[in-house]
Amino acid sequence: MGIAVQNVNKTFGDFKALDDVTLDVPDGSLTALLGPSGSGKSTLLRLIAGLEEADSGTVLLNGEDVTHVSVQDRGIGFVFQHYAAFKHMTVRDNIAFGLTIRKTPKDQIRARVKELIRLVQLNGMAHRYPSQLSGGQRQRMALARALAAQPNLLLLDEPFGALDAKVRKELREWLRNLHEEVPVTTIFVTHDQEEAMDVAQQIVVMNQGKIEQVGEPKELYENPKTEFVMGFVGEVNRLGDALIRPHDLDLSLTPIEGGEEANVERVSHLGFEVRVELSLANGDHAWAQVTRKEDEELQLTEGVSVYARPSRARKFQGAEAQGDDGASAEELQVA
Amino acid sequence: MTVPRLSQLGIRSVVLFYLTFLLLLPVAMVFYRAFEDGFGVAWDTVTSEQGIHALQLTLTTVAIAVPLNTIFGVLAALVLVRQNFRGKAILNSLIDIPFAISPVVIGLSLVLLYGPRDTAVGQWFFQHGILIIFSTPGIVIACIFVSLPFVVREVVPVLHEIGDEQEQAAKTLGANWWQTFRRVTLPAIRWGVTYGVVISTARVLGEFGAVSVVSGKVIGETETLPLFVRQQFETFNGAGGYASALVLAVLALLTLVLMNLINRRKEN
Amino acid sequence: MAGTATAPRLPRQAAFRPRLGSALLSRGIVVTWLSVIVLIPIVALTLKAFSTGPIEFWDAVSSPQAVEAFRTTVLLSLIVTAINCVMGTAIAWVLVRDEFPGKGLLNATIDLPFALPTIVAGLTLIALYGNDSPFGIDIVRTPVAVVMALLFVTLPFVVRSVQPTLIELDKDMEEAAASLGAGNLTIFRRIIVPNLRPAILSGAALAFARAIGEFGSIVLLAGNVKIASVYIFAKIDSGDPEGAAAISVVLLLISVGILLLMGRFAKRGLPI
Repeated sequence: MGIAVQNVNKTFGDFKALDDVTLDVPDGSLTALLGPSGSGKSTLLRLIAGLEEADSGTVLLNGEDVTHVSVQDRGIGFVFQHYAAFKHMTVRDNIAFGLTIRKTPKDQIRARVKELIRLVQLNGMAHRYPSQLSGGQRQRMALARALAAQPNLLLLDEPFGALDAKVRKELREWLRNLHEEVPVTTIFVTHDQEEAMDVAQQIVVMNQGKIEQVGEPKELYENPKTEFVMGFVGEVNRLGDALIRPHDLDLSLTPIEGGEEANVERVSHLGFEVRVELSLANGDHAWAQVTRKEDEELQLTEGVSVYARPSRARKFQGAEAQGDDGASAEELQVA
Repeated sequence: MTVPRLSQLGIRSVVLFYLTFLLLLPVAMVFYRAFEDGFGVAWDTVTSEQGIHALQLTLTTVAIAVPLNTIFGVLAALVLVRQNFRGKAILNSLIDIPFAISPVVIGLSLVLLYGPRDTAVGQWFFQHGILIIFSTPGIVIACIFVSLPFVVREVVPVLHEIGDEQEQAAKTLGANWWQTFRRVTLPAIRWGVTYGVVISTARVLGEFGAVSVVSGKVIGETETLPLFVRQQFETFNGAGGYASALVLAVLALLTLVLMNLINRRKEN
Repeated sequence: MAGTATAPRLPRQAAFRPRLGSALLSRGIVVTWLSVIVLIPIVALTLKAFSTGPIEFWDAVSSPQAVEAFRTTVLLSLIVTAINCVMGTAIAWVLVRDEFPGKGLLNATIDLPFALPTIVAGLTLIALYGNDSPFGIDIVRTPVAVVMALLFVTLPFVVRSVQPTLIELDKDMEEAAASLGAGNLTIFRRIIVPNLRPAILSGAALAFARAIGEFGSIVLLAGNVKIASVYIFAKIDSGDPEGAAAISVVLLLISVGILLLMGRFAKRGLPI
């Protein structure tokens, strides 16, 4: 179902968690809310769920105003960062909870739970308690529980945040596949830009209670509208008032047009990627990301002089000062 | 810090000596004294009409006061932990008042409020023929007063510890207030509640000061078991006093065993 | 969304419930119950204490007998609290850091004073230290007996407050101090005591408040030792409720004051 959030404000004491937020989420999409902690992304998700009430503004689900509809009656599924597993219930009872509440006939519950256990790959674990599961299994159980009553909308709050890196990667792929199999409108919150870009079709970047930019992953990376977005979705160097991605900094041992002389301070070999830390003549520091092959050609070592030239850079004007007019971004084609 | 063997033994001996002479020997002595004059006296006192009545009144009081306090305690803990409102800190301190007041003062306060002489409240009850003071309702209210904080204080930390995520999850799955409480909150706090119930029961069983004041000590009418113990002792039926004390002591030991069993469950 | 697998279920619009409703209701029940059982009786007590005027109130609480009762009660309670701080901490220490057969049983018996009716507690001491004591000592009707009775009923407070703190106390800290050259005494004084202090203080305050008002365990063995609660009871019995109420109000202020002070000192006190 499509979601429309209109001019929503929310404060906690003195803290403005959401500042006049407006957002459209298309039906059936897989959307990420991305931002640093305190950016308001979790608050926005909880507001859509009905776990928080907005101070002002409206929330529409499929065009219907649900601003004052309680969480129980919004027909959503919610997955919590720390699973919120019912510790005293088995996997089976956890998953069946929403159906039991709705007084679904027993045989239907049994069938649905079986189907979900297969879907989240917890076969043979129906009678275990959450304490007997690994983190990843618990989170899959929580997902099955949220999906059991066939929600109109699936909301996930930092679903993989508490898991270790390897499990996180597996679950990411798994969530993408799940969305293809069960195409329910899905929104998940994350502070990990790689996770957002890997999983989501659409990313909403948030900062200080406001939405900075909404777009597809590639769009955000290639055409960030604000300095914040550019910095948050990837690495950046600042040279003067221009922002350059480390892989857009070309290095040469001989002088090149538009190149600036720099001193190599440190070279780190990270497998395929090699990081070259530079100090420029004007005192600025920057780093360039080069491939192993390039590094082999250049034979860079500490203390060597190189020439660095941005192949692509961006300037943002008054990202902070301009406020509502929106910051203007300008792409500089140097080469 | 690794304490030298000798100091360790020294501290251990002091502690064991202290506990033996303050706690263990005196309690053991009650068992001896009760049967010192033979089993007959003890049995006769405990099973006398007056003794049986005292036991019945005590159990009735427990049966009314403890459930009421349990309901109040769980509700109060939920209000204190899950709600935010002005005056919460004050409410929190007020709940501890019974811990800070002498039982005698508690009894006196109740006599003054619900007795027929002093306040409009007491007069209203008197005019409607409802006897509170020097009667069972007064004893029950006194016991509720003294044991009021126990369940609250046991449940509050458990509620803090489990957090409210499970409750939120239940709501997102469609559970209403009651369903959330019964299916999610209550199972999670059940050992805390049980522990609170057990210590409330122990306190109500043994309450002496407050009950002394409100009961009027009408022998065979408003005499609970602890009052009966004192009365036996003061009428120079020492063995009878010890014997009825023994009944209470056995109940206390039972309570102690329960407390320890529950504590073990709570930790799992 | 909602492909073949998910039947669309629209939210029921009419279901808006003011969420404050149930919260206000439960809060109302709690406050009402607390008022009926605790607060209104205390108001009645206070009104009674001042019902004959401030001068009579002052006379009642400043009479030589009343002053003696307050002085003795506070003094004995302070002694009991001090002993509890030392012995309670030592008991907790032995229960946490020592190992010997029967330790589990000992740990279980610490709560006995909470479970045992106070009148029985008093009786146990008479049984052992009364006129036919097997040790041949009769301390009944002396301040020593009162102190022992108070020590009996307040035993668990400091132990049960310090014990969990001691279990959680990071041994790393002590090892770090030792690695920096601190001896046992220094570690105890500079590391352990400061970390246990809030727990000791909150246990001590509870013990003190309990001792100040204790009645059941000392009524049989106080004799002529003037204890405030016994004095109040005598006043009630002799038909002077105003005087009893006046003394009660002062006693109440002392123990509530102590518990409030505890809130100041032991920030980690009762959880809320």
